[in-house]
Amino acid sequence: MSAYEISIVSVVGINVILAVSLNMISGFCGQISLGHGAFFGAGAYAAALAMVGVGSVALAICVAIVAASLLGIVVGFASLRVRTDFLAVTTIGVNFLFIGFVRKQAWLGGEMGISNVPATGLGGAGNMIMILLFACATIGLSFYISRSWMGFAFRAVGEDEGAAATLGINSGAYKLAAFGIGTALAGLAGALYTFFTQFITADAFDFIFSVMLMAMVVIGGIGSTWGVVVAAVGLTLLPEAIRFVNDYRLLVFGGLLVLVIRIAPGGLAAMTRGALLHVRRT
Amino acid sequence: MYYIDLAVTGVSIGCMYAMMAVGLTLVYGLLRILHVAHAAVFALGAYVVVLVANATGSLAVGFLAAIVVTPLFGMAIYRLLYEPLLKYRPDVPMIASVGLLVLMQDAFRILFGEQGVTFRSAFAFTTYNFAGITVSAVQIAIVVTAAVVFAGLHLFTTHTRIGIGWRATVSRPLIAASFGIDPIQVRYLNFAIGSALTAVAGGLVALLNNLVDPGIGFVVSYKALAIIVLGGLGSVRGTLVASLVLGLVEAYGTIFIGAWLDRDAIAFLALIILLMARPQGFTGARTA
Repeated sequence: MSAYEISIVSVVGINVILAVSLNMISGFCGQISLGHGAFFGAGAYAAALAMVGVGSVALAICVAIVAASLLGIVVGFASLRVRTDFLAVTTIGVNFLFIGFVRKQAWLGGEMGISNVPATGLGGAGNMIMILLFACATIGLSFYISRSWMGFAFRAVGEDEGAAATLGINSGAYKLAAFGIGTALAGLAGALYTFFTQFITADAFDFIFSVMLMAMVVIGGIGSTWGVVVAAVGLTLLPEAIRFVNDYRLLVFGGLLVLVIRIAPGGLAAMTRGALLHVRRT
Repeated sequence: MYYIDLAVTGVSIGCMYAMMAVGLTLVYGLLRILHVAHAAVFALGAYVVVLVANATGSLAVGFLAAIVVTPLFGMAIYRLLYEPLLKYRPDVPMIASVGLLVLMQDAFRILFGEQGVTFRSAFAFTTYNFAGITVSAVQIAIVVTAAVVFAGLHLFTTHTRIGIGWRATVSRPLIAASFGIDPIQVRYLNFAIGSALTAVAGGLVALLNNLVDPGIGFVVSYKALAIIVLGGLGSVRGTLVASLVLGLVEAYGTIFIGAWLDRDAIAFLALIILLMARPQGFTGARTA
């Protein structure tokens, strides 16, 4: 594989982890987060500090997961206080706050970010394989959670908190769990991103990136792991495959997001399901 | 004198925020939608003002064109995007709105360039000096416009039948409808007025910076969300106060806490603290 292909596949793997983890929070549990980039960033910065300080890959991954999920659980408490669109506004605020804070911190490199992060020693291809393994593990975990009691509880809370409460489901605990797990995986993605680029700046984790992730989840079909994986791969490859899309990336992503919500709110997953049903009937 | 200069900046920026945010708070009051794409209308207004003023050589024609174009655009957003989505949870139209804003922003970049557009000739960029305090003509224009606009809005909503019907629909939609007020027409009116006001604010910001770039509405949009929450959703008076307070806090915040936090993040810090402490807003008057 060429270096270009390796880097593309690595980015695809990272985006799959991010989209699938956001889907756990927003799809399974119905807690709309438009600040997933902040948790991704928290993981990336934690991993970068760990690599610069100690240089251990395993430690960097652990630190990234812990940092992101701690931040995630703190933000998760917001979901106990405010709902639906106001939770979305709060998470947007968290994203802007994260960027605004990191940019001014000298120990995080300020505007310049952190450069010269030590390499993992696995090489480009080795990194790519590690990213793909973690992406597969994330997808597996997503399926496992979806079929477990926890996934059932997540969906119950997402559909109707009142009804969930009558079934004895502690909605607060499950919301925190969804935020904790989803943001831990975002932190993992952050660590992998740091290993991949060895150079991070705050701008990579901005609100627009969070919107792109939400676009992947919505276009794939909110709540459907397969749909989200397909959308994450497709929307990451699309700008590489088509020059036009690369120049007008936000136009295309924003346009698709609006169109899907307006015309097919179930996204790719619901469209495929509808098409399959249609084929079976005829 | 430096502190008074900051106050001048703060008040003029606050007046701009108020004109931008009032449309947003009215849409929320009526439809329970966080109309993030309001910022795209703001940017559209700014572009129309600059482009038309450059083409005709008259600033007045520029503003007039913006006041004609943006209400149509705002009403189209309601009709084509929000109306079909009203049956879903409120976060669905909000995400669609974010998508529309991102789309529009990129469209502006593609159409008018990354660098943005500036006024061809310098329109009224004079500055006055009052006993050592520098005030630009544009800052005065912003404050005067805001005062006229809010006084006019007050008279309209208290002294005309349409205005009273509008307020009635916002506070008690069903009872207003039973008195013969068409709620759908009120929604269009709401989007039309809100869009015109934000377009004027956009045009004034364009004058203030002598620049309209694709990102002009971006940060403002999310700040306006913070403002309407701080102002107690749906409340015009609360929005006015919150806008002025935020304008001043940002102006002074730049020198006091600028070392550890971006200026643009201040609004969000305030927003998060308030949402966590008092989800019902400052005034607590979340209209029924």
